[in-house]
Amino acid sequence: MKIVACIKQTFDTEAKIVIGGDGQISDEGVNLIVNPYDEFAVEEAIRTKEKDGGEVVVVTVGGDKAQEALRYCLAMGADRAVLINDPALVGADSGAVSVALAKLLSEKEAGFDIIFAGKEAVDYGAAQVPSRLAEKLDLAQANVVTAFELSDGKATATREIDGGSETLELALPALISAQKGLNEVRYPSLPGIMKAKRKPLEVLALADLGLSADDVASKIELVSAELPPARKAGQRLTGEVDEVVAKLVQLLQEEAKVI
Amino acid sequence: MSIVVCAEQRDGSLRKITFEALSEGKRLAEASGETLKALLIGSGIAGLADELKKYGVDEVAVVDNEALAAYAADSYAAVLGAYIAQENPALVLFGHSAVGKELAPRTAAKVDCGLVSDCIAISFADGDYLFSHPVYAGKAIGKYKVAGPVRMATLRPNVFAVAESEGAGAVVDFAPEITASKVTITGAEMASGDRPELTEADIICSGGRGLGGPEGFALIEGLADALGAAVGSSRAAVDAGWREHAAQVGQTGKVVSPNLYVASGISGAIQHLAGMGSSKYIVGINKDGEANIFNVADYGVEGDLNKVIPALIEKLKELQ
Ligand SMILES: Cc1cc2nc3c(=O)[nH]c(=O)nc-3n(C[C@H](O)[C@H](O)[C@H](O)COP(=O)(O)OP(=O)(O)OC[C@H]3O[C@@H](n4cnc5c(N)ncnc54)[C@H](O)[C@@H]3O)c2cc1C
Ligand SMILES: Nc1ncnc2c1ncn2[C@@H]1O[C@H](COP(=O)(O)O)[C@@H](O)[C@H]1O
Repeated sequence: MKIVACIKQTFDTEAKIVIGGDGQISDEGVNLIVNPYDEFAVEEAIRTKEKDGGEVVVVTVGGDKAQEALRYCLAMGADRAVLINDPALVGADSGAVSVALAKLLSEKEAGFDIIFAGKEAVDYGAAQVPSRLAEKLDLAQANVVTAFELSDGKATATREIDGGSETLELALPALISAQKGLNEVRYPSLPGIMKAKRKPLEVLALADLGLSADDVASKIELVSAELPPARKAGQRLTGEVDEVVAKLVQLLQEEAKVI
Repeated sequence: MSIVVCAEQRDGSLRKITFEALSEGKRLAEASGETLKALLIGSGIAGLADELKKYGVDEVAVVDNEALAAYAADSYAAVLGAYIAQENPALVLFGHSAVGKELAPRTAAKVDCGLVSDCIAISFADGDYLFSHPVYAGKAIGKYKVAGPVRMATLRPNVFAVAESEGAGAVVDFAPEITASKVTITGAEMASGDRPELTEADIICSGGRGLGGPEGFALIEGLADALGAAVGSSRAAVDAGWREHAAQVGQTGKVVSPNLYVASGISGAIQHLAGMGSSKYIVGINKDGEANIFNVADYGVEGDLNKVIPALIEKLKELQ
């Protein structure tokens, strides 16, 4: 089995967002992590390998720092990593990222049985790359998956839908995007971290994939970013429970008009 | 050219987000001079076209085919791809629902166009559309332009106002070649009860670690019953196993924007605020006067939720 996990390096969810002088979001001093949903993807990839054998390849489109994120996944137990790093991909939109990934996975890294991804990246919350990739590679897909099983070459996935869940059967190769609940993510062990340093991490430029900058031109442009209007602390209600509750209900009815 | 709304129906009923998308589509069509069209896909759904006509559509294209009875991203994207190739719309709108989140990007890849997900506002000025999309879980708002000819957006539920209007309201059949899905749905489990869906609800009552245990959610349920609300949860309560993950609100849960959000026993961590910070009104019930939730709550009730919530339920019942 060849199992692929797509990961993205993102800001720590604690990160405070600062808009730089250029009107864009600044990454100065921000702690970077593996996108939380991608940890579930990597974990599921490793578990699938532990059960059915094969190798786990983690792939990402990113800059130099993304090597750290890949090493983390190798320390968790992935076998090797591929980083697509090219100046033309700085600030790439979801479409461009999926063009690069699709090219990698249909040529240089062809022959995979299953791709795991996260359901969305917590930075831009686009939730686009997995579905775009599934389309480009003509794969069956299940998004927002909370349970996964593989047997007799068939994948079974439970996915969240609005107001419930659905169980799907997918023929391989397939793409699964992970939701929290899919598994419990392991922490890298010390021997795992040591081993990860010697595991292969290949860095590819667009030219290595046979792509040009034009092939990955972004179609969406972030014109500007701004901070949302700050919420102000409102009224504080203290005192006897009955009075507080009466006041609250009155405010909700008369001032907010929401009940 | 046109603005196309991809209508979403499940088991023969249209979703509320579809009316929101049509209303916004109409507003944009008036600004940009485009016609408004809706695409309705499914099996035995032609009758729903009448309902769509109430929102000012000039044309409803109906794809009614047994093979499309169950939604699947690949087969539906193929239909959309064929429609977009024929129609060449300037803008295609979807709901940012479970279906839209998957179908929009799959279709965008098929027709090779740009897509802005989870929009909270769209404007048209100087011949171009500008899309507002919260990034970093609402810690910032990004404004995007999309290079045409075709642009796509998914709209956050519960943000765009629904407004009925007049339109030509023609209904046409669209019968592209249907491709079978590579996915088979073998089962579905819908949450029981008649509570509204979290992302669509007008009122949400959420509970956190301060509930003290799973039984604490009985209080939240009682309050939700009295308010006709959906029930949400902080991550701490989900991690403790008191509530399922589908109820989690926040950066790694659902993003919601109800008219009223009542947070009980929730401290107001940055990741939780990311999911509910755009609610119109926020009520915080917390015994710790220093809790961060009070920095965002319109009405902050400082007190023990075990006393406040039962009294609140009583008071609300008196009013009914
Ligand atoms: C990567 C990442 C992603 C995350 N994503 C999310 C997310 O999506 N959603 C989310 O919610 N969190 C998320 N978190 C977790 C977040 O940081 C907080 O840990 C979590 O929100 C805390 O939940 P809580 O408010 O229920 O618990 P606590 O912070 O423990 O707060 C409990 C509150 O209850 C109050 N209380 C206790 N007893 C009573 C009583 N009797 N009456 C009234 N008040 C009482 C206390 O004063 C306290 O303020 C994430 C964290 C990380 C690292
Ligand atoms: N630059 C990237 N490189 C590799 N995978 C990515 C990248 N961006 C997004 N993904 C994958 O797609 C998922 C959804 O991301 P997004 O579409 O950006 O919200 C992520 O959880 C990753 O699994």
